[in-house]
Amino acid sequence: MAQLTQQIPSAGPRHSGMSPRAARRWRRAGAAGGQQRAGWITYAVLIFATLVSLFPLYWTVVAASRTGTELVTPPTPLLPGSHLVENLKIVWNQVDMTKALINSTIVATCVAVSTVLFATLAGFAFAKLEFRGRNALLTLVVATMTIPPQLTVIPLYQIITKVGWVGHIQSVILPSLVAAFGVFFMRQFLSEALPVELVEAARVDGAHSLRIIWHVVFPIARPGMAVLGMLVFVQSWNDFFWPFIALNQQNPTVQVALQGLGSGDHTINQAVVVCGALVATLPLLLVFAVLGRQIVGGITAGAIKN
Amino acid sequence: MATSVRATSDGSPRPSRTDPSTNRKSGDPGPPGGWRAKAYRLDTKASPYAYIAPFFLCFAAFGLFPLIYTGWLSFHQVELGTHAKWVGLQNYTDLWNNSFFWTALRNTFTLGVISTVPQLAMAIGLAHLLNYHMRARGFFRVAILAPYATSIAAATLVFIQLFNPDYGLINQLLGHVGIGNVQWSSSKWPAQIAISSIVTWRWTGYNALIYLAAMQAVPGDLYEAAALDGASRWRQFISVTVPSIRPTIFFTIIVSTIGATQLFGEPLIFGGNVGVSGGSDHQYQTLSLYMYDKGWQVGELGQASAVAWVMLLILLLIGAVQLLVLRSNRRKLGS
Repeated sequence: MAQLTQQIPSAGPRHSGMSPRAARRWRRAGAAGGQQRAGWITYAVLIFATLVSLFPLYWTVVAASRTGTELVTPPTPLLPGSHLVENLKIVWNQVDMTKALINSTIVATCVAVSTVLFATLAGFAFAKLEFRGRNALLTLVVATMTIPPQLTVIPLYQIITKVGWVGHIQSVILPSLVAAFGVFFMRQFLSEALPVELVEAARVDGAHSLRIIWHVVFPIARPGMAVLGMLVFVQSWNDFFWPFIALNQQNPTVQVALQGLGSGDHTINQAVVVCGALVATLPLLLVFAVLGRQIVGGITAGAIKN
Repeated sequence: MATSVRATSDGSPRPSRTDPSTNRKSGDPGPPGGWRAKAYRLDTKASPYAYIAPFFLCFAAFGLFPLIYTGWLSFHQVELGTHAKWVGLQNYTDLWNNSFFWTALRNTFTLGVISTVPQLAMAIGLAHLLNYHMRARGFFRVAILAPYATSIAAATLVFIQLFNPDYGLINQLLGHVGIGNVQWSSSKWPAQIAISSIVTWRWTGYNALIYLAAMQAVPGDLYEAAALDGASRWRQFISVTVPSIRPTIFFTIIVSTIGATQLFGEPLIFGGNVGVSGGSDHQYQTLSLYMYDKGWQVGELGQASAVAWVMLLILLLIGAVQLLVLRSNRRKLGS
């Protein structure tokens, strides 16, 4: 799956009859299948892009460890200060960060587990089983991806008001139990990773379909399920629109708590606000630091074959 | 990575098993023929539907039903907890006559354009560079994806600081090149640019990786042939890379357009306590914010539903246009 690091050997000119000049141009134009060697401009641009990508993250740490006064007095500080712990305490005083972190963890875990489970089942069916209406149904799955959440929140809000779920995290979990993206992702993964002969063989041995799922599909799907689980977890952790509507500051997810921190009525200490942003981002950045390559591989693998 | 999707084109449904009763002999003394074979056939026939059922049931409950119900509500006057009263097209005509709706529509469009067009252009350029053979390629890829790990709320709160007109880093930097105090929140275009930059920052790396994956699937022969014809790197990029990854470009354009149409969190949080109205003068209120404003601040759920359905119609319209463009492109290519 994640063959991103594969290296096509950078072939030299194989055509021996070439004049030196043509060979040079050939080499410069990079005939090795798009795998030309990078020049210094490439490095310069990429280093610049890396700086732009990482600087706001670095500066989050800087601002989170300064006082509010330091932050609003130019020149803007560019090195971390010594007020991180103090700011963290204020964050915890102003919003219920512990509850928010626990809520976000519960929500993202439930959503990730259920999405991965259902997506694997459906992905397996779409990839390896024959049934009437398969292609039409798969098209329908893809089409559902284009429906924005704005079109569903009003009735959903009426429903959760009626059953008294406003401010309860099940109202955020339930509507996210499946994701079309996940079905599509697992279908792509399994159509490559699972040899159809394996399913046939299990059938011939008299295995019923639950056995096949448990003993054949799940073991082979595991790497794909892991990547999908991470992607869904990140997405769910960062989700804002519906949690903002369905929850409130008494029982928030991290994102909702952050919004509260940023728009609070109290005199806003900006260093504290940024410190909250740091708390919300740190768990995911740690995951990223450890599993970044797998996530990179997962994103590209899931999106490539359209 | 192969581009082909094999799925189940491998012949007839169950070629290996002719009759379930023949292989039951291997260690399974069930009743001859009869219910086991029947159960087996039922299992094979029904199980695919059982596997896809959870997805479609959830979608029906939390996607399709609310979608249609929103349409129904849009023809009613309804507040939370009250009975809906049929008002026909009034919600839509009210929108038509409301200048804030048009402002929101325009803002959604301009924000959409300035947050997706430069983003996708930069992503494709970065992907091209990342496709070179180089040192630290793994590091570069993870680094440009890092913003994807931040949330809308966290990223926006940090960018508010950077874009602060009085003490923000960006105005300080601009001051060095002689650009005066830009009012990043109170004047319209600077505010929209600031909000777009949050979107662009979070998603450029993600799209670059998608493009990169597509570029890696382009067969090397094409480049070899182009190089032998004396095509420069730039020429190869334009005539080989871009046409080869056209489906992926199309895909990212659709996804980004959908994302841009529903822009909500960034302008809301960027505006602080005037976020819902999209700034003190509605200068960056999007349709999504306008809908929230109508539904949850004013309490007119019928009006909010009409806004939602307008969004759906716009998306369908954009989708149809994009499809037409794709079709005519295909015809031009003669494939």
